Amino acid sequence: MTGHILAQQAVNGLVLGSVYGLIAVGYTMVYGIIGMINFAHGEIYMIAAYLTAIFLAGLTLLGLQSPPLAILLVLAATITFTALYGWSVERIAYRPLRHSNRLAPLISAIGISLILQNYVRLSQGARTQGIPSILDGGVHLFASTPDAFVRITHAQILIVVTALISMLLLHFFIARTAMGRACRAVQQDRVMASLLGVNTDRVIATVFVLGAGMAAVAGVLVTLNYGSFDFFIGFVAGIKAFTAAVLGGIGSLPGAMLGGVVLGLAESFFSGFVNTDYKDVFAFSLLVLVLIFKPSGLLGVPEVEKV
Amino acid sequence: MSATKETLLTGLVAFLLFAPLTGVSLDGYGLNPHWQNPFLLAGMAMLGRLLLVRLQGLRLPVGLAGYDWQTRLQRPILAVVVIAALIFPWLVGKYWLNVATLALIYVLLALGLNIVVGLAGLLDLGFVAFYAVGAYFYALTFKYLDLSFWIALPGGALLAGLCGMLLGFPVLRMHGDYLAIVTLGFGEIVRLVLNNWIDFTNGPNGVRAPFPSFFGLDFSRHPMPGKSSFHQFFHLSYSPIHKDIFLFILLFFIVCGMVYFVRRLRRMPLGRAWEALREDEIACRALGINHVTVKLSAFGIGAMTGGIGGAFFAASQGFVNPTSFTFMESAHILAIVVLGGMGSTAGVIAAAVILTFLPEALRDFAEYRGLMFGCAMVMMMIWRPRGLLRSRRALFQREQSAC
Repeated sequence: MTGHILAQQAVNGLVLGSVYGLIAVGYTMVYGIIGMINFAHGEIYMIAAYLTAIFLAGLTLLGLQSPPLAILLVLAATITFTALYGWSVERIAYRPLRHSNRLAPLISAIGISLILQNYVRLSQGARTQGIPSILDGGVHLFASTPDAFVRITHAQILIVVTALISMLLLHFFIARTAMGRACRAVQQDRVMASLLGVNTDRVIATVFVLGAGMAAVAGVLVTLNYGSFDFFIGFVAGIKAFTAAVLGGIGSLPGAMLGGVVLGLAESFFSGFVNTDYKDVFAFSLLVLVLIFKPSGLLGVPEVEKV
Repeated sequence: MSATKETLLTGLVAFLLFAPLTGVSLDGYGLNPHWQNPFLLAGMAMLGRLLLVRLQGLRLPVGLAGYDWQTRLQRPILAVVVIAALIFPWLVGKYWLNVATLALIYVLLALGLNIVVGLAGLLDLGFVAFYAVGAYFYALTFKYLDLSFWIALPGGALLAGLCGMLLGFPVLRMHGDYLAIVTLGFGEIVRLVLNNWIDFTNGPNGVRAPFPSFFGLDFSRHPMPGKSSFHQFFHLSYSPIHKDIFLFILLFFIVCGMVYFVRRLRRMPLGRAWEALREDEIACRALGINHVTVKLSAFGIGAMTGGIGGAFFAASQGFVNPTSFTFMESAHILAIVVLGGMGSTAGVIAAAVILTFLPEALRDFAEYRGLMFGCAMVMMMIWRPRGLLRSRRALFQREQSAC
């Protein structure tokens, strides 16, 4: 019996971790390239959740019946619009502050976070919203007796597979394309890259768009899986994804995914075996402890301060 | 790019941004259309962009900024403010007096956060945690140990300061931005523990906090047998507003003390070290300033102020529960500090008072408070990062006769 619970928590943790990893990518890429924590990133994820529900409702109104097609269309539309939000946030709140002191972009990010939360609260209402479940069913594994099994829903499979595909696509983009090479160059040395003809503003904008796109994938998947959301979900998801990014080593893409999975598993086991009420406290404590004892994370390189 | 083209592009992007989220609203599993919203908002964005392009290069008149009002008018302004604050409670009713007390609590909190963010340049997003420590320390020590306000006030301040030091010590050694996120996490941990530890803190139901006494005299109409109450001792007729006036004036003196304290600190080597560290940490370390202890002192003093504010909050509300200590509260205090101009004491006080009274006066705008705070924070950072009232550095005055 314990074995089954363990396996079930592992499955849940892996699913949760994939979502954290997808959001963490946005934090880690932005931090790697301009060295700032994009506090508004969690709200981008929240926006994606709302867009998912709106597009899904719109498609239903138009009479679209097939769930796979609907999911694909919603995914494409949500990624596009969320990426536009990511781009606009960078353009409005961070680009004018590129050469100001260290504190200014952080405060501006908090401001954007407040704006996005209240904007959604005012336009969509403060209550919890939901979508009809369009992905039912699941598979039972290791079913030795009728009440001892590990249940994996189709939505969970979709989350892990989509997260994996998105990460591979992102990895391919960064490793193989010209823009990806420019990203890596800017990450290593922004001034040198711009001297060599890389349009750093465009690279930074691309990074925000990519980060927002990945957060959008997470938003669509989570909404399809859990079905309910409100205007405040970005806050907790944001801190946890940031924890994942730090855990994996901020600035490192594989680290973000690894950190996400580690955090997801840890949180899942904690809430399964210790206490559900304190699972957020556990995640935040983990963040504080990692930052104190191993700020470079699992796969990161220790940062050297330069003049 | 020409202004027209840029404006049109802004309009297009704004329309695309606003269309799905404001053009329709979710209603169950269906949608309610509001077609006019996205067009209206996109039009506003275009107008804003056009104005921005047109107004570029325009500067505010220098005359106002150049006038040395801070030294010339300092004493008269200070005198007027103090006298007005002391007369104020006798003229208004209970409601506005309570708003004013809340404003003073925010002044105190903002002064504390201003030391951390404005002077030392450390972004603390969990300031509300120390506020909660002060408030709960008073409420819980009263509940379990029956301690009075006058013991809980310094006790809560010390505990909050200690928490700040314990949290800050390991974190302040590393990269500055991490501090923001660690404090954010810490603030949430404190709130969640207060919310979930039901046996000890009574969870979301909160804890009662009694009203402080006036040198052992309480403010009840009918005191306990054998004790005398405030109005009996001074042979006044009983009025429920006495205790509110008392709390306001007490808090006012504490705020004045705090202002004086901060003012003196800024001129001390410690205060100068804070500001120097904010400007260039590496240079300071090269000059032999111990950056950890200097930052830690700022963090600890800020946290202590938060604790004092918390104890007063508990006393004035008579009750504390975890919903008063959310991240929104931290963001509110931070917005006060940012709008007042980081590092400027006068600006921060003005911002705290205005931002507390304004939402009360304009009840209809209460809905838009968060949105406006957010916009104001972004705009301040872009155009006026040092605040609306620029704080002037205390300079060494060269003697006139020397040359």
